[in-house]
Amino acid sequence: MKNFFLLIKREIKLTFRQIGDSGLVVTFFVLATIFFPIGLGPEPDLLAKIGPGIIWVTALLAAIISFERLFSSDYDDGTLEQLALSNTPLGLISLIKALAHWVTTGFPISIMAPIVGILYQMPEKGYLVLIITLALGTPTISLIGTVGASLTLGAQRGRILLALLVLPLMLPILILGTSATDAAIAGISFKSYLLLMGALFLGSLVITPLATTAALRLALE
Amino acid sequence: MNFFGTNLTCQRGGKLVFEDLNFSVESGSILILTGKNGSGKTSLLRIMAGLTSHSNGLLSWNDGSVKQEPERHKMRLNFVGHLNAIKPFLSVRENLTFWAQTRGVKITDVHSTLVKFELQHLASIPTQYLSSGQTRKLALARLLLCNTPLWLLDEPTVALDPQSIITLEEIIAVHCKNGGIAVIATNFDMNFPDSKELNLHNFSPANQMARHFVQ
Repeated sequence: MKNFFLLIKREIKLTFRQIGDSGLVVTFFVLATIFFPIGLGPEPDLLAKIGPGIIWVTALLAAIISFERLFSSDYDDGTLEQLALSNTPLGLISLIKALAHWVTTGFPISIMAPIVGILYQMPEKGYLVLIITLALGTPTISLIGTVGASLTLGAQRGRILLALLVLPLMLPILILGTSATDAAIAGISFKSYLLLMGALFLGSLVITPLATTAALRLALE
Repeated sequence: MNFFGTNLTCQRGGKLVFEDLNFSVESGSILILTGKNGSGKTSLLRIMAGLTSHSNGLLSWNDGSVKQEPERHKMRLNFVGHLNAIKPFLSVRENLTFWAQTRGVKITDVHSTLVKFELQHLASIPTQYLSSGQTRKLALARLLLCNTPLWLLDEPTVALDPQSIITLEEIIAVHCKNGGIAVIATNFDMNFPDSKELNLHNFSPANQMARHFVQ
């Protein structure tokens, strides 16, 4: 447990020393979402309808471009093999990485989403649910990302492979996230969507460290 | 203490690197691994560390098999590989302290360790400004902080200046005098009063085949 806090502390320290990296991902999210209304033209009805979907898809893409650095720098400089030789389980390390990833991408994206939503003239009933679904869905995305990132460690052109690998796995979250927001806007109950998203999060919290541990062991062979 | 391997076989990428390799090191002694590039020095060290799995044979510590107690084996070894495991954005002291803490070592010794490796004046500088020799010394400094019986060193002298190599030799000699074990993969002629040499070339598949024919 002591090592858990130690690793988190170090992860936070490293993140803040290279804050630009995570800033770029959030900037990408904001820029990409701004581009859609500009490209589609000023049609309030259309924009309001596609808004939640676009915000969600862009959030997924922003997360995917940042997955690669989850483990790659630790792998390249030998930190990962030293961590594997310490008494900290690799599964715990992957959870810490997912947490750090969420704090630097998922969390700021959840905060930025309603601001971007204004551009789409989203009905005000949708904002709160959009934030909640993003805050609930992005941790699951970060967890799935650790599996993809560990599987593609050391692979040539791992980045594209990584994107192809994790995209299909994110489909359920995308469907649930957008459906919940749409339901809220339409004034229907959206509770079941949120419950399912919570279940997905808890499920991946248990399964992904196991998969990541196996993948990291293979990468270190 | 006795660390030994019997009939170890290693395969990398479907290719046999060495087979039927036997080694044995006792408390207080040094084993030097030599051999051409690609003869499997690094692979053997990684097998000893438990990072790479061996396809055949048995690795033992005293009477117990290493495979049966991987967690305990981890705690008694210290591995310095090709890669230094040093974060460029953290300072010299932060890097060293982190590794000391993950091993549950008190951090009071950090300064004296830095002094020994002549890094004390750089303690608060981010390691990205260090030369490659200094970075190597910082990686080797971990050995002194986390005092474990078994040291596995992969080409430890790379990038070190002659004076630092002497310091390293002294540190290894003291470690062994205190009952430790050191396994060093190197083709550099390190100066130790008594050490065993294991030439991995003798265990390469081609050589084994030749031996069979002679028999």
